[in-house]
Amino acid sequence: MNLDTVKRAADTPDERQPYAELGMKPDEYDRVKEILGRRPTGSELAIYSVMWSEHCSYKSSKVHLRQFGTKAPQSDALLVGMGENAGVVDIGDGWAATFKIESHNHPSYVEPHQGAATGVGGIVRDIMSMGARPIAVMDALRFGGAEAADTRRVLPGVVEGISHYGNCLGLPNIGGEVVFDPCYLGNPLVNALCVGLLRKDQIKLAIAPGAGNKVVLFGALTGPDGIGGASVLASATFEDESHAKRPSVQVGDPFMEKLLIECCLELYQADVVVGIQDLGAAGVSCATTELAAKGTGGMDVRLDLVPLRDPSLRPEEILMSESQERMMAVVAPDDIDAFMAICAKWDIPATVIGEVTDSGRLVMTWHGETIVDIPPGTAADEGPVYERPFHEPAGQAALNAASPADLPRPEDLRAALLQLLGSPNLASKEWVTSQYDRYVRGNTVLAQPADAGMLRISEVMPGAEETTRGIALATDGNGRYARLDPYAGAQLALAEAYRNVAVTGAVPLAVTNCLNFGSPEDPEVMWQFSEAVRGLADACKTLGVPVTGGNVSFYNQTGSTAIHPTPVVGVLGVIEDVAKRVRSGFTGNGDKVVLLGETGAEFGGSEWAHVAHGHLGGLPPAVDLEAERALGRVLTEAASRGLLTGSHDLSDGGLAIALAEACLAQGVGCTVSLTGDDAFVDLFSESASRALVTVRPESFGAFAELCAAHEVPCYGLGTTGGAALVVEGVLDIPVAELRETHTGALPALFG
Amino acid sequence: MSAARVGVVTFPGTLDDQDAARAVRHAGGEAVPLWHADPDLKGVDAVFLPGGFSYGDYLRCGAISRFAPLMEELIPAARAGLPVLGTCNGFQILCEAHLLPGALMRNAGLHYVCRDQGIRVETTATPWTSDFTEGQEIVLPIKHGEGRYVADPATLAAIEAGGQVVFRYTGGNPNGSLNDIAGIRNEAGNIVGLMPHPEHAVEDLTGAPSTDGRAFFTSILKKLVNA
Repeated sequence: MNLDTVKRAADTPDERQPYAELGMKPDEYDRVKEILGRRPTGSELAIYSVMWSEHCSYKSSKVHLRQFGTKAPQSDALLVGMGENAGVVDIGDGWAATFKIESHNHPSYVEPHQGAATGVGGIVRDIMSMGARPIAVMDALRFGGAEAADTRRVLPGVVEGISHYGNCLGLPNIGGEVVFDPCYLGNPLVNALCVGLLRKDQIKLAIAPGAGNKVVLFGALTGPDGIGGASVLASATFEDESHAKRPSVQVGDPFMEKLLIECCLELYQADVVVGIQDLGAAGVSCATTELAAKGTGGMDVRLDLVPLRDPSLRPEEILMSESQERMMAVVAPDDIDAFMAICAKWDIPATVIGEVTDSGRLVMTWHGETIVDIPPGTAADEGPVYERPFHEPAGQAALNAASPADLPRPEDLRAALLQLLGSPNLASKEWVTSQYDRYVRGNTVLAQPADAGMLRISEVMPGAEETTRGIALATDGNGRYARLDPYAGAQLALAEAYRNVAVTGAVPLAVTNCLNFGSPEDPEVMWQFSEAVRGLADACKTLGVPVTGGNVSFYNQTGSTAIHPTPVVGVLGVIEDVAKRVRSGFTGNGDKVVLLGETGAEFGGSEWAHVAHGHLGGLPPAVDLEAERALGRVLTEAASRGLLTGSHDLSDGGLAIALAEACLAQGVGCTVSLTGDDAFVDLFSESASRALVTVRPESFGAFAELCAAHEVPCYGLGTTGGAALVVEGVLDIPVAELRETHTGALPALFG
Repeated sequence: MSAARVGVVTFPGTLDDQDAARAVRHAGGEAVPLWHADPDLKGVDAVFLPGGFSYGDYLRCGAISRFAPLMEELIPAARAGLPVLGTCNGFQILCEAHLLPGALMRNAGLHYVCRDQGIRVETTATPWTSDFTEGQEIVLPIKHGEGRYVADPATLAAIEAGGQVVFRYTGGNPNGSLNDIAGIRNEAGNIVGLMPHPEHAVEDLTGAPSTDGRAFFTSILKKLVNA
C-alpha cells in the first residue's frame, strides 16, 4: 500500500500534488511547504486545503468582519463573542442564550431536501457544542421568482427538508422569512438559525486543555459524505478510480441528532466534558486542529480508530468527510467510563481516538505510520488573509438615479392593496410554516406569523422554574434595499429585526448575521460586502447590540451575475416577564389603533414598486437609528406597563399591509383615517422606524405621554372592531376577502 | 391522599414527553417517567404514550417501539384495563401493538401538517374524555405527516357501531382519515388513541390558542381518584 507518510513526503520533495484541484492557490501551497519545511503529505494537504478554504478561513471577509469587534458597543450581556461555535449572551437570572445563523445555500440548490435538512442539523450542533439545550429554530429563505419552474423544484424540497429534520429533532420552528426574487433562481438562500439555553456558568468551549486528556469521537459513523475534494487526493495518490465518484451533498439523520442532543445534555449534567466541538465543514480536520490550537497545543490521533460506515475510506477522505451528527469531546481519563456509559444509554457510538499532548504538534497516525505532523494553529488560525480589491459597481449611480418617483400611481387603492397582499412576498406563508412543528416542548409563546418568535424559559430545563423571563428572536433582510445601498440595506435589516423583537415587548440584546453575497473575486461584489459590513457594524454600535457571531456565504452567483447582496440579520431580545408579551395584530374590539413614527414618500426598493412595476431603483428608505432606538424603548416600556393590547411592525408594503395583517391575526377588523394628505403615500410608503399598536382607550393618555417623553411621533388612526378593514374615504375590504387573497396565493403556486 | 400517578413513556426519539408530563402536573397528578428499555411500569395508575418519532420512524411509525422492553409490560396491563392514552406517535404505536384497531398512513396531502384543528368529541365513555360533553366542539393542535386513519370496511363498521370513534375532525379533514376519524378507543374503552395533541393545549400563554386539552387530564385524574 502506497501510504503517503511524513517520512515519504520528506523523501519525495518533488512529487506533484493536486493542490489546485483542492482549491489552493500556488502561493498558499508554497506557504504550507514553508510551514512544514517539506511538502505536505496527502493527509496534511487535505487538512490545509479545507481549513484554508473560504468557507472555513473567512480569508476574503476577515479584514472587514473585524469591524464587528472594533466597533462593538459596550454590552454587559455578551459572555462569548465571535470566534466560538456560537455567541452567548446573559439573559438574566443566571441564564444565558446562545444563538447563531448559518447558510446552507449551495447544497440546498443541488439537493434541496438534504441540503436544507443538514443545514438545520449543522446549526443545532453548533448550539449544542456551547453546552446548551437547543430550544428553537428559524429559517430565512430566498427563492427565485415564485412562478419559475425551478422554484417549484427547490422550494418544496427545502421546506420538506427543514420540516423533516427539525420536526424529527423536536425543536419548534418559531419564525423566519420566505422571499421570492428572480435574482435567487440559481442561488436560493437557506439560512438556518438555532437558539439554545444554558446556565451562564456552564458554557462549554471548543478547547482541548490538559495533556493526557482523551479525545473522543462520538455520534454517527464516518462515511464518504461531502468529500468530493478529498477524492482527488485519494485517486491521485492511490490510483483508485472507485474513490473518484463520491456524493457531494451530505445526508442527515435527525433521529441520531435527537439522541445526540439528549446524550450531550446528560454528559454536561454529569460534568464529564472538558471541551467539545461539533463536526461540520471539514469534519475531523477542523475539529482536531481547532481543539488542539485552543488547548494545551498538541494532540495525538490514531486516525485508523475512527469508526467507519465505509471501511474502504482512506485517511485523506476521513479527514475531509462531512458526515453529519458527529461530535468530538475532550474528556479527563477518570471520566471516560462515565462518558461511555452515558453514550451507551443513548445508543451513541463513541470511540477514544487520541489524546491531548503538550508537544505543540497535531500528530496523526494510520496503523502505526505518521501521516500528519503539523502545528495545529497554522491550519486553524493562521490561514491566508486577503485584502480583495473593491469598487462601486459600474451601474450603481444609474441605479440610484432611477427614482420610483415617476412611476404611475394606482387609481384604485383598494385593488392595489389586494394586489400586494396576494403577491408571493406578502402573501401568507402558511403553506410553508404549517409544515413545521411550532409547538413541541411546550414553551412557544409566539411563532410565525408573529413579528418575532418568543419562548418562555421557566420550563425549558430543570432549575429554571424561578425565572419569569422569555426570549424573542427575529430575522430580517431585504436584498432590494441592499442592492440600492448595501450600507443602508444592512442597517435596515438590523433595524427591522430590532423592531420586530421590540414590538413583542422584548428588549433587543444581541445580533447574529448571515452575509449572503456573490463572488469576492468580483470587486463590485466585494464593494457591496464591505459596505454592508461597515453599515451593520456602525448600526450595531448605535443601537447598542453587539454581533455575537454569524456566517459569510460567498459565491452565490450564476456565471457573472450575483444575487442581490443579502445580509440577513437575526436579533435576540429578552422580556423580563414573558406573561407581558404583546400579541401580534388586533386582539379585540374597541381598542385604539395608533401609528408610531413618521411617514415620508419612500418607494425605492419597495414592495409596491416591485409588484406593480417590476421596478428597482432610487434609494432605500432613510435610516434613522436614533428614531429606531426611541421606538424600541416606547414599545418595550409600554409592554412592561401593560399598556398595549396588540402590535405589529411596519415594513414591506407599508401601513396598508400592516393594517391588513393586523386584521387577519385574529379576524378583527378596524376603522381608521389617514393622517397625511396623500393616501397612497400614507398606505404604501416603506419609511422605517414605524410600528402599529393598539391600546385600550383609557390607556391612550398614558401611552401618548410615554411617546412624547421619547419623542416618538404618535398618531391615533381609529378603532378596532367589525369585520372589515375600513380606511375612511379610501377603501373598505371585508376581512374574509383579505383572508382569501392572503392565504390563496402560495397554495395556488405550490399545490 | 397522594396524587394519582400517570406514567409518561420515553422511547428514543420521543419528543412530547416533557409536554405530557407538564400537562399531568398542571392537572394535579404526578408524572412518572417510564423508560423504553426498562420493563417496569413502576406501579402507575395510567400511562401516556406521547408523540415524536420513536426510533426515527424509519421502518414504519411505531413499528419498532411496540417491541420495546417496556411494551412487554404495558401490553398485557392495557389489555387488563390499565387506562392508556396515545397521542400522535403514541396512537401509531398503539395500533402497531394491536391494542387499537386500524392503522395510520401518510397524510392524503403528502405534507406534514401543523395547525389548530377543530375536533368533535363523539363519546365521553372513556376515562380520558369524561370531562367533555358528547358532541362538544374543541380545538387542539395537530402536527403529523402520517395521521390518515384507515381500517378495513368490517373493522370500520364495527368501531362505528360500537361507539369506538372518540374524536372526529371538523372544519376540514386535514389528512384524509376515513370518516374524519381523529381518535378511537378499544372496545373496553380504557385505551384511547388520537392524532391531535391535548398536551399542547393546556395553558393560556403557550401552545395552541385553546385550553381544551385540559379535560383529558382532569378526566383521568378524577377517574383515578374515584377508583
